[in-house]
Amino acid sequence: MAPRTTPEVGGMGHSIKRKEDPRFIRGKGTYVDDVVLPGMLYLDIVRSPFAHAKIKKIDTAKATAIPGVLAVITGKDLEKYNLHWMPTLMSDTQMVLPVEKVMYQAQEVAAVLATSRYAAADGAAAVEVEYEPLPVVVDPKKALEPGAPVLRTDKKDKKDNHIWHWEWGNKAETERAFAEADVTVKEDIYIPRIHVASIETCGCVAHFDKVNDKLTVWMTTQAPHAIRTVFALVAGHVGLAEHKIRIISPDIGGGFGGKVPVYPGYVIAVAASVLTGKPVKWIEDRMENLQADSFARDYHITAELAAKKDGTLTALRIKTLADHGYTDAAANPSKFPAGLFHVCTGSYDLKAAHVEVDGAYTNKPPGGIAYRCSFRVTEAVHTIERMVDIMAHQLGTDPAEFRMKNFVKPEQFPYKSALGWEYDSGNYAGALQKAMERIGYAELRREQAEKRKRGQLMGIGISSFTEIVGAGPSKHFDILGLKMFDSCEIRIHPTGKAIARFGTKSQGQGHETTYAQILAEELGIPAKDIQVEEGDTDTAPYGLGTYASRSTPVAGAAAAIASRKVLDKARKIAAYLLEAAPEDLVYEPGKFSVKGAPNRVKTIQDIAFAAYTNHPQGMEAGLEAVSYYDPPNLTYPFGSYICVVDIDTGTGDVKVRRFVAIDDCGNIINPMIVEGQIHGGLTMGLAPALLEEISYDEYGNVQGGSFIDYLLPTAVETPKWETGNTVTPSPHHPLGAKGVGESATVGAPAAIANAVVDALWHLGVRHIDIPITPPKIWKLLRAKGITD
Amino acid sequence: MLVKVAINGEKHEADVEPRLLLVHLIRETLRLTGTHIGCDTTHCGACTVLLDGRPIKSCTMFAVQAHGREITTVEGLEQDGKLHPLQESFMSEHGLQCGYCTPGMLMTSVAFLKKNPKPTEDEIRWAISGNLCRCTGYVNIVKAIQHAAATMQGGA
Repeated sequence: MAPRTTPEVGGMGHSIKRKEDPRFIRGKGTYVDDVVLPGMLYLDIVRSPFAHAKIKKIDTAKATAIPGVLAVITGKDLEKYNLHWMPTLMSDTQMVLPVEKVMYQAQEVAAVLATSRYAAADGAAAVEVEYEPLPVVVDPKKALEPGAPVLRTDKKDKKDNHIWHWEWGNKAETERAFAEADVTVKEDIYIPRIHVASIETCGCVAHFDKVNDKLTVWMTTQAPHAIRTVFALVAGHVGLAEHKIRIISPDIGGGFGGKVPVYPGYVIAVAASVLTGKPVKWIEDRMENLQADSFARDYHITAELAAKKDGTLTALRIKTLADHGYTDAAANPSKFPAGLFHVCTGSYDLKAAHVEVDGAYTNKPPGGIAYRCSFRVTEAVHTIERMVDIMAHQLGTDPAEFRMKNFVKPEQFPYKSALGWEYDSGNYAGALQKAMERIGYAELRREQAEKRKRGQLMGIGISSFTEIVGAGPSKHFDILGLKMFDSCEIRIHPTGKAIARFGTKSQGQGHETTYAQILAEELGIPAKDIQVEEGDTDTAPYGLGTYASRSTPVAGAAAAIASRKVLDKARKIAAYLLEAAPEDLVYEPGKFSVKGAPNRVKTIQDIAFAAYTNHPQGMEAGLEAVSYYDPPNLTYPFGSYICVVDIDTGTGDVKVRRFVAIDDCGNIINPMIVEGQIHGGLTMGLAPALLEEISYDEYGNVQGGSFIDYLLPTAVETPKWETGNTVTPSPHHPLGAKGVGESATVGAPAAIANAVVDALWHLGVRHIDIPITPPKIWKLLRAKGITD
Repeated sequence: MLVKVAINGEKHEADVEPRLLLVHLIRETLRLTGTHIGCDTTHCGACTVLLDGRPIKSCTMFAVQAHGREITTVEGLEQDGKLHPLQESFMSEHGLQCGYCTPGMLMTSVAFLKKNPKPTEDEIRWAISGNLCRCTGYVNIVKAIQHAAATMQGGA
């Protein structure tokens, strides 16, 4: 679709250059660690070497003797203010600092406050803690066995490590479908613990101004407004009222879900600032970031899929054990303990499905955040895409043909899934067809057959995913009771320029640019004349923040609706200026003209000026509007990815030769930015598929706790992504847009895993858990007698 | 200890602890905050600066080791109000998103193109493999470097 506005205006569909970039390429961004205040103190944290241990004694004498060290803060100090525990987003409880025992390796034990970063680190190293190790529970399956040590001894009535049981779907119908099925397949799929590892770690500068009783916190957060409310609720009893709390989320060096939670370090820094009246900076290092901040995934899944002889899929049944670490600190909407995992019927027209998830406590760090995905959707997509592939292979059908047969058809939208979601729009076959043509699917299959004859291992993997983003309709979606709307406030200045503020917070997505383009599209004011601001709770309207690809679906919609409110008033002012009736005016972006008299025109700039200098009597001056947008439904982006891999039979190395990604996120605001989001998402899909995992040994020692052994893809491992798109607008979004930031992360791992299994199926391989590392493949090839 | 360095052509001296990391001298003593910190193990490259023209990771070098030497940081790339061709191309090719790895990525690329003005794509990918980016998937960073190489060849 050709853009409706000129390149100078820069509305939707224009790849305008980003407004953020001039400061970033000069090194003039302002990230949290760049904030320096006079008299600022530094906080460093003492962490536990044990995964489960009683704290017998904390000796601070040597630490406080170090020049520059002012204080050592322990759980007992916070206990005096009842701040040693805090609630999690899932209404569980989490220690800020422990009083009795530690529950995972690298847990916060004490904090050192000092006049410099180096003195604080010296102090942290000098704090002496005496521990009494306790039995460690690492495996969530063992955690639920009778007789397992009960971890949450702080909960008086807790007699086991089971957190919750959740199920969804029609169990009886699903069982009937399985009983009637001609073919069923079953597989255990583990989706391991991983970490977002944004290149900027987490941190804050907390400044409590004792004179004005005001707390300002510069903080690496994706959800500043919700954080302000949480701080007010948690610390209200020590005098922090919400109007006296200002959260500033400055430039953020990547978030991906890892900057949604409230970590203990933030709370300790705030407490230290309130007590001392001085600004306090806490910046975690990379090892703390990987070892203690929220993890993602860690789902132990058993999935079954049922089909008729002719290859028609009928039903899906899933049982999952979710390892939550020592507390359920998942970042999910309140009503959904397993997030949106029940979108797991994916792109397929299944008649019945049933999902069960059980949460377990273990001696690991808490979390359950997204890793660039909308609330457990990657887990869902990986499961269904693996299972569909296994079924296709089992039936001896080509996986592409098998998908085509079972897709939800375009004419079925809006489509009600077996698990109750209403998919807004889609053309799944269209995307897969385009991907197959682009990559030359038939030719690749011929090449594969040839190579197989010669003993060479080549695989082709498909993933035809459906995403679910843009939480969400307030009747179902809230976080701690806060409804998941989002907001935009627009003010048009007299000279026709504008400022727009939002309740979301960009972490690299380019909101300053894309939001300006939405306003440009609606109002006809050039994007360059629109300043976009977010992240300061004193100035921006309330919103739930940026995660789960919700900015465009929710705040982007708010921008359109607020713009239309501005235009309602602009129309009245234009009518007054043109001496015509408002209903006799025709609008095109940036100007109103009189019907039948196109020369009688008032531009948005004329109207803005009049709103302050010559507004009609009886009308209020000014031209502004605000929208708190509550979406009627989620949006369902989708796509089809095809991956070609070659496996080195000597080393077990998997090389991604080609990867074609066809995405559909509805109408596109800035094509350049959308493509960039997909490139990044694909790379964060490749990462867990081939490289990343955080695991624990039997003592609860973290493996993968630094960049030495937690392997992020570099430019060398990352293939040259081949991207393309189809456009199926969302029928309910005011701009026809859907979210896009996470689609590729959700869809890519299954395409890679499917390609690897496709290369090995003839050897009797049905499934390999990600990450598919060279040692894993090498061992497998040895077992199959392929390599020695 | 007294350390004297020239940063972006300007002479500085500071009395520092011998253990002060170069990145902290740059960021905290001299307040040039464009150079970032992303790890503790010399893997991510967010702290990359040029030391006598060679890219080094300033989180793994003591400030005193830079005594008497010349350092260039991202703030030194713009000359007389004119951006470096790599800064221009990172913008035009959408080679950055959150901007956090960008200064390090730019410094590595500046040194690389000096050494290898006509690189292949593979050479570019290896050259930046010590700089991690979590946002872009590297595709557009590679394009930006290719674009800058072409511009610089074109007689800029």
